[in-house]
Amino acid sequence: MGINYLYPPFEIIRNQDRCITCRVCERQCANLVHHYDAEKGRMTADESLCVNCHRCVSLCPTRALKIVKTDHTFKENANWKTEVIEDIYRQAQTGGVLLASMGTPKDYPVYWDKMLINASQVTNPSIDPLREPMETRTYLGKKNSKIERDSEGRIITNTTGQLKMDIPIMFSAMSYGSISYNAHKSLAIAASELGTFYNTGEGGLHKDFYHYGKHTIVQVASGRFGVHPDYLNAGAAIEIKMGQGAKPGIGGHLPGSKIGEDISATRMIPLYADAISPAPHHDIYSIEDLRQLVYALKEATRYTKPIIVKVAAVHNISAIASGIARSGADIIAIDGFRGGTGAAPLRIRDNVGIPIELALASVDQRLRQEGIRGNVSLVVGGSIRSSSDVIKAIALGADAVYIATSALVALGCHLCRTCHSGKCNWGIATQNPELVKRLNPDVGSQHLVNLITAWNHEIKEMMGGMGINSIEALRGNRLMLRGIGLNETELKILGISHAGQ
Amino acid sequence: MDKLSMVDAFFHARGVHTMDGYHQQMPLEGEVRIPSGCAISGIIDRSGKRFSARDAITSISVMHDRSNGLGGGFAGYGIYPEYKDYTALHIFYYSSEAKRACEDFLEEHFDLINLSKIPTKKHPAITDVPLIWRYFVTALPTKLSFSQLDEDEYTARCVIRINREIEGAYVFSSGKDMGVFKAVGYPEDVGEFYMLDEYEGYSWTVHGRYPTNTPGWWGGSHPFSLLSYSVVHNGEISSYDANRRYIEMYGYACTLQTDTEVITYMIDYLHRRMGLTLEEVSHVLAAPFWSTIERKDEKERAEYTYLRNTFASMLITGPFSIILGFKNGLMALNDRLKLRSLVAAEKGSRVYLASEEAAIRVIEPNPDRLWYPSGGKAVIVTLDSVQEGEEHGYQLPVSAL
Ligand code: SF4
Ligand code: SF4
Repeated sequence: MGINYLYPPFEIIRNQDRCITCRVCERQCANLVHHYDAEKGRMTADESLCVNCHRCVSLCPTRALKIVKTDHTFKENANWKTEVIEDIYRQAQTGGVLLASMGTPKDYPVYWDKMLINASQVTNPSIDPLREPMETRTYLGKKNSKIERDSEGRIITNTTGQLKMDIPIMFSAMSYGSISYNAHKSLAIAASELGTFYNTGEGGLHKDFYHYGKHTIVQVASGRFGVHPDYLNAGAAIEIKMGQGAKPGIGGHLPGSKIGEDISATRMIPLYADAISPAPHHDIYSIEDLRQLVYALKEATRYTKPIIVKVAAVHNISAIASGIARSGADIIAIDGFRGGTGAAPLRIRDNVGIPIELALASVDQRLRQEGIRGNVSLVVGGSIRSSSDVIKAIALGADAVYIATSALVALGCHLCRTCHSGKCNWGIATQNPELVKRLNPDVGSQHLVNLITAWNHEIKEMMGGMGINSIEALRGNRLMLRGIGLNETELKILGISHAGQ
Repeated sequence: MDKLSMVDAFFHARGVHTMDGYHQQMPLEGEVRIPSGCAISGIIDRSGKRFSARDAITSISVMHDRSNGLGGGFAGYGIYPEYKDYTALHIFYYSSEAKRACEDFLEEHFDLINLSKIPTKKHPAITDVPLIWRYFVTALPTKLSFSQLDEDEYTARCVIRINREIEGAYVFSSGKDMGVFKAVGYPEDVGEFYMLDEYEGYSWTVHGRYPTNTPGWWGGSHPFSLLSYSVVHNGEISSYDANRRYIEMYGYACTLQTDTEVITYMIDYLHRRMGLTLEEVSHVLAAPFWSTIERKDEKERAEYTYLRNTFASMLITGPFSIILGFKNGLMALNDRLKLRSLVAAEKGSRVYLASEEAAIRVIEPNPDRLWYPSGGKAVIVTLDSVQEGEEHGYQLPVSAL
């Protein structure tokens, strides 16, 4: 190996007075950072291996550890920043595509943070959620466009193809493979308890999880991993994945090393074979082809389940969504470019796609202009971080949101962004049995339930403050939002006024 | 477009720069959304007996302080028996060019049976009066058949087109055997101004407006009306933009940005176009809570769920009490939390609806019964019957009052 130009990004600070050499850090770090130096009788560390996942820090019984950003620095240069130089060193050394995980850490505008929510004063009363019902129930799916009556004149109430959810928040697609069995189980239990849905991702459905079917969305991606009639019928809805926010235009790759027995059986692929799902579905080269798959899946499930089409937020997304709305899909899921993933080419993660806020606003507006907003429900994801993000998304026009990164954080993820290494110390993005064990699904699901319950309380409080007591009346209610520090074009796309107006 | 240039454009669109005989300095409805309070009242004689608007004027005058002089108006049903088969268009004009352009449009689309200025008398409290004209029309048969629409839809589209496209013309009433009369002023003065004593109808609704900071524009006064539906409303709905953005998909243009306008359009859509009964309409606009729906028997639960889900974006939240006037009847409806007052009373063949009990007692001191309809429970009165009422709402024994 030649010279490595890279200096470790983090330094491990160990307070030797506090360290009792219990060696917990050594056992907890899958990256093999910590060692016991028997000669000196104390712990040492190879910081070049540290990914700053905080596992050792969190478990150190004497709080002897902290990880800090190194102050080693290049000569300051606003154009050639440290990370740019280091990435060049890396590629010059390996000749490879740089891989990264989770959402882009780049400093793009977060439009959620540039919108403010309204509250009632005097002329229209706030509603007290402690005294009055505050409804967050939502139905997803195509709405009928005409009323039909039976011979007695009663309305025919045919509502197949609707997803009923008690809260407008679902867990977004994460495959068994990209995340662990225990992470999946946590999501499944939590979705059932919360009256919402989790999503299998493209990894198929583990046999143990079929009984969570009523709260499961099964995904069909280009690789068709684990797709068979029982799988399609097991879930409450089927999602066709065309794209993903963190890596639009890119398929998936689960390295063979992660394809152990369970995953091989669930995905229906050979043991230890790389699972590559290409970006294109090789039977879909047009919107008409998509329509055929939508109807093939409807046929396969006797028209009882809504079909979701998931796309990444990209340029011209509103025209794409209009096509999907006319393809027979019941729900469109749009994933913004800040969405997370287990592994994405770094340049793509950081440069391809558009923010979900802008995509959502323009899709909702376009579907309304075309008079087809009732044909589909809109679900958005791609960095929904809090209950106020949820409120803002719904006011812009979403029916519901998908969360994934927030859910993983609730499970303990520290956003170290090295899921692709397979060494997730928190037992989330790993298949290593020793690491998987670290996540207790009962505790994990409780954390998820707590998180969403807390968000739901906050949503109800904010709705009450707006004088709104039903989520339906918030949907597309853009008067409830004002921009702050946005330019005219941004305000126009978002369809909102500036604060003070 | 920023707010100021929107205001400019709106003035321009309304022909303010060229209008003669009318000048309005303040921005109009449409550029500025003004939350409003209000008073409402309605009277119907179920026997179909026609009576003047005098009682309605008296009733609303009791609630003087609920309005602030920036808007008032009436809707009368059964007032044009001699022209009952024709659509009565009431139109405000802000310039003679607007009148010419609008009349050209009317000539092109309708047979004009009769036209005249709407009679008014000078009133010190009513100023800045636009030209106010009335036309009795019927759709041109060739145009109508060419359009492949039914007559109501044809008329509605023409009205929406005039309001959207013809600068300085505003159709504020377009029903048959009914008419809306409205102005900037206190409602009792508006009644005198239009000499409503001289009209007779089987039902009247009236509105006194209290926008908290309003330009006060004639067209922005209530009732708001399309075809034979007219709505008077007290409240400020928090679902406005959700409702507006949804209903606009179906060809309605909410140019005035008032809650009442969007409520009127939703009722037109649900009742006339979707064929829901008025009771079903009330289950959409003021849908029962899911917890209430869950307690219903299976069939009803399915129906309520279906309506609420199918027309989810037409649920109204925030305070409202409305009185809907329609052909042969009145409907009163409160928001599901009953955030605004609404009282109903009955005496013989007359049914009274108002924001306040005093507004009923001033014209009928001894009603046979008087009750406070529950939130979300419609009181529907038609010429031969009163639906609901008793079972819904809190009824006080009259003797105890
Ligand atoms: S990788 Fe994680 S566990 Fe290992 S030293 Fe760094 S912070 Fe600690
Ligand atoms: S899932 Fe694990 S590896 Fe991935 S970012 Fe979170 S803590 Fe790091």
